[in-house]
Amino acid sequence: MTNPILVFAETQDSKLKKSAIEVISEAKRQSDNLKAEVVAMLIGSGVEPLAKDAASYGAAKVIIIDGPDFKSYTTGAYTQALMAAVEKTKPQAIILSATSNGKDLAGSVAAELKTTAAQDCISLTYDNAFVARKPVYAGKAIITVKIAKQPAVITLRPKVFPASAPDASKSVSTEKLPVALSADSKRVTVKETVAAAKGKVSLTEADIIVSGGRGMKGPENFKILEELAGVVSAAVGASRAAVDSGWRTHDDQVGQTGKTVCPTLYVACGISGAIQHLAGMSSSKYIVAINKDPEAPIFKVANYGVVGDLFEVVPALCKELKK
Amino acid sequence: MNVIVCIKRVPSTETNVRIGSDGKSLDPAGVEYIISPFDEIALEEGLRIKEKAGAGLPAEASAQAGDVTVISFGPAETATTLRTCLAMGADKAVLLKPAAPVNPEPFVVASALAEAIKQMPHNIILCGKQAVDDDNSQVGAMLARLLNIPFVSLITKLEITDNKAVVHREIDGGYEVLETVLPAVLTAQKGLNEPRYPSLKGIMSAKKKPLEENTVTPAAPGLEIIKMEYPPIRPAGRIVGKGVEAVPELVKLLKEEAKVI
Ligand SMILES: Cc1cc2nc3c(=O)[nH]c(=O)nc-3n(C[C@H](O)[C@H](O)[C@H](O)COP(=O)(O)OP(=O)(O)OC[C@H]3O[C@@H](n4cnc5c(N)ncnc54)[C@H](O)[C@@H]3O)c2cc1C
Ligand SMILES: Nc1ncnc2c1ncn2[C@@H]1O[C@H](COP(=O)(O)O)[C@@H](O)[C@H]1O
Repeated sequence: MTNPILVFAETQDSKLKKSAIEVISEAKRQSDNLKAEVVAMLIGSGVEPLAKDAASYGAAKVIIIDGPDFKSYTTGAYTQALMAAVEKTKPQAIILSATSNGKDLAGSVAAELKTTAAQDCISLTYDNAFVARKPVYAGKAIITVKIAKQPAVITLRPKVFPASAPDASKSVSTEKLPVALSADSKRVTVKETVAAAKGKVSLTEADIIVSGGRGMKGPENFKILEELAGVVSAAVGASRAAVDSGWRTHDDQVGQTGKTVCPTLYVACGISGAIQHLAGMSSSKYIVAINKDPEAPIFKVANYGVVGDLFEVVPALCKELKK
Repeated sequence: MNVIVCIKRVPSTETNVRIGSDGKSLDPAGVEYIISPFDEIALEEGLRIKEKAGAGLPAEASAQAGDVTVISFGPAETATTLRTCLAMGADKAVLLKPAAPVNPEPFVVASALAEAIKQMPHNIILCGKQAVDDDNSQVGAMLARLLNIPFVSLITKLEITDNKAVVHREIDGGYEVLETVLPAVLTAQKGLNEPRYPSLKGIMSAKKKPLEENTVTPAAPGLEIIKMEYPPIRPAGRIVGKGVEAVPELVKLLKEEAKVI
């Protein structure tokens, strides 16, 4: 047995996040090669019941840091918690998901370990050390890095690594690790969590994204995209032109200075396909473009293009899909 | 209120990336460089903090309301980028030049920044949420750790009262309101503000503002770049048809060929 792989299993609404399941699954695949054990870490308040889920995807052991202090994510508290587990398990690698909190925590923990995290990786192999590929310049290039230092700190891009089928028969060995927060870790407090409209699908986790650009002409017209999104359970995104016009909120922006997304289907409506927009969405599996200008650059990357007025095509598409 | 803003010089977002002859890095020929867009937002916020603190005070007192210092780790050319920051309104600039060329990976950068910032008065340190070249999103968190001060990422709103700051932090599907003691490191997300352009007066006065250049010995890197490659090429785009008549065919393709619906 070599040193274990420690996984930070992020939770939300009393469930493992989809991205956490992907990370446990990938860690398990790596550990089989390395003859190592996967140790999953649950941090939060009331997260203990999720240990069996973590085990069903391949965690041999689950470390639980549970308590009111860990109810909401703060970098300081979660760094202290993760470092306690690192000291306990002496892992050869710490793997997290490249979600907002995962990337935040990876940077902080890497600094504690005097190294740099390999952030937002899209593939992972082992050749005397972990070797990862990660997009740079918002996906305009990909670099391969060898992670010389141990433990390696790695975050995996959501929706890239497959989730294994759960095996509910797996038994789970759990260990509760008591962590008393230091005064330093308490310098940041969460006062309030304000959720956006309920049931809104998050852009980075969505399987389908319907996005609108300047061609939408105004905020009220986004209701035709919302309707289409409703039919196929999609999230609604936007180009920077739509966001800067004040039609959509900043967190809806897709692109180099917005969200990088890789859904199975991305439907671009009234979006020209500027280089910064393409950077954020061109790794989508399938792209559909609806644009009245046949010369629009978006058609160069679209698997399926429809040249036409979106105000006619989108409602027709909605109707056809409802059939 | 002394504000420090960390600035990275990055290729313009218009850049068509070409890989250099070493097969490991960007070919710099013809590349234009800019202030990383989120660092521009961080700088704008820094300038607003100072303006707010100095508002209504007589000139002399307002001058003592604190400084906005921009700092960057990078090659000599970075001085041009820092001048632009001075033209936007920063008071001072510090450039940390590595003694030997080094891949500016986050731990190397954060270590150099932390050493320098320790010697400088600071109440608040602002970074971008990520530099748009390597998309690492970690220098800010590292800096906070190395300086042993609190950290909040992805802020979209900032209010300062006494020794505390109340911030909004973007989370999936909403935002959180957090309170932190100062000094702290905060990283700027889009939505925090709209950065200003340098004014003509700003550009003129920037020439006279102090820009300190120091050579530093970088820390040992933890990552080794083996190669850089292009992403997989997408199949050439295909037009299904024109207008509403194309819709049944599109749906058929999505269901039967792509199998995504
Ligand atoms: C530093 C920097 C960062 C940037 N980051 C981003 C980013 O993250 N994301 C991003 O999106 N952009 C970004 N941009 C902006 C980018 O360069 C483009 O300006 C932007 O993407 C254009 O948005 P758009 O396609 O919606 O608008 P436009 O380019 O104006 O395109 C509108 C399209 O709608 C079509 N259209 C109009 N009416 C109709 C209709 N009735 N039916 C069908 N089609 C119609 C038109 O033919 C046109 O192609 C950035 C720019 C800079 C400088
Ligand atoms: N070389 C650098 N010099 C100064 N600040 C930097 C440098 N690199 C990154 N930063 C800061 O750290 C933020 C996050 O960068 P990164 O972790 O590289 O994505 C940037 O937005 C900058 O504010």
